[in-house]
Amino acid sequence: MIDLIQLAVPGLLKGLGVTAALTFVSVLIGFNLGLGLALMRLSSNRLLSGFAKYYSNVFRGTPLLVQIFLFYYGLGQLSLIKDNAALWWVISDGARCAVLALAVNTAAYTSEILRGGLMSVPVGLVEAAQACGMSRMLRFRRIEFPLAIRQALPAYGNELILVVKGTSLASTITVLEITGYAKRLMSQTFAIFEIFAIAGVLYLVINLLLIAIVRVIERVLMRHETSSRRKPVALTQVDLP
Amino acid sequence: MEFGLWQVWEAGWVTAILRGASITILVGFVSMAAGLVIGIVCGLIKWARIFPLSLLVDAYTSLVRGVPELLIIYLLFFSSVEFVTKVVTAFGYAGVAESGYAFVIAVIAIGAISGAYSTEVVRGALSAIPDGHIEAARALGLSGGRIFRRIIAPQMLRIAVPGINNVWQTTIKDTALVSVVGLQELMRISFIGANSTRHPFIFYLIAAAVYLLITLVSQAGFDGIERLLRLRTRKAV
Repeated sequence: MIDLIQLAVPGLLKGLGVTAALTFVSVLIGFNLGLGLALMRLSSNRLLSGFAKYYSNVFRGTPLLVQIFLFYYGLGQLSLIKDNAALWWVISDGARCAVLALAVNTAAYTSEILRGGLMSVPVGLVEAAQACGMSRMLRFRRIEFPLAIRQALPAYGNELILVVKGTSLASTITVLEITGYAKRLMSQTFAIFEIFAIAGVLYLVINLLLIAIVRVIERVLMRHETSSRRKPVALTQVDLP
Repeated sequence: MEFGLWQVWEAGWVTAILRGASITILVGFVSMAAGLVIGIVCGLIKWARIFPLSLLVDAYTSLVRGVPELLIIYLLFFSSVEFVTKVVTAFGYAGVAESGYAFVIAVIAIGAISGAYSTEVVRGALSAIPDGHIEAARALGLSGGRIFRRIIAPQMLRIAVPGINNVWQTTIKDTALVSVVGLQELMRISFIGANSTRHPFIFYLIAAAVYLLITLVSQAGFDGIERLLRLRTRKAV
């Protein structure tokens, strides 16, 4: 048992770093892409909103594994990409390709989540900002985005966990992250349950950490909300005999 | 491109792809059915907080929903493959082991995953039923089984439909993952086609299109069911 832990833990911990890096980079790209798509979807330009809608339907309607294989094995076949140094750089490496696939995939889900958040912003607030003479950019930065992100944060937390789980598919295109190491160790040592337990715990730790971070952000964003909600309760308690 | 849709058709890949797609749908249906049974039982346990069992259900749902699907499939496959192959070969059915065994593993793995998500959907739907309805039924002296059949189940099903739709779409997409253990479903067939013709782009594009078709058709189906189940509310006079 001790031997097994000595054998498995260093590899799986190395995998943990790769999993974390894959998650971080693809979430970073995917969030911004998703925000852009959500804005496109809500724009009055039919072409832009149509594109965003089809994008989200296509990427949410097909398995992530197909997308990863299509990017990794499929795109390298096109001369358009082979001849472009920058694109080839992305496609030729498993990890970079996995990040690309994860980012465009999570962007589709993120766009739906942010769209819901943006649509929940009361029209009156936006009109008031307009009446104050705020420019479109300022309005988005100060009024619409902060309110939308508060609404969308719980759903986005779930999406983050789906991205973490999605990174496991990178193991199918030669990237050695937690699942990749776990599979290798399972077929080497036959200590299937022990390896699964260690790998599973690592994933659960990442997920719990992410949930905790989302909770903290939520609390920071909601700090005004809670204080204003508490006040009336305190007042009624004082007023009542 | 010298290798296009026509070449895929001419080389006879279309029937293979269609067979793969039907296996994908079959795995999806069977796992979803298993998942729904698990979901209803576990959802009821979680909702009613039946003490020792609810802890088990909690552990099951948080484990399965927090660990990657691929890892669960590897666990089930590697932990049983040697044993099963030995047993089946001993009985002289080595050929059956190849196809049938992967199918069983697929259904167990995808069913367990689908069940964990269904549990949450069912629990959510159950807790959306107003307590008053159940209290009223109890006050009328209805038996427990009758309350479930007449009051709880119909309301729960109606509320759960959108959630079940989501679970179904995830389930059908998760079936692609069992291609890693060799079940010849849509993804595996595309993989074989891509490798043997050395034209991965067209094969994975076809696979993506077929999956998209499946999800779009089922989305339309669920929209229909939701319309059918919507309460016919009377318009205010």
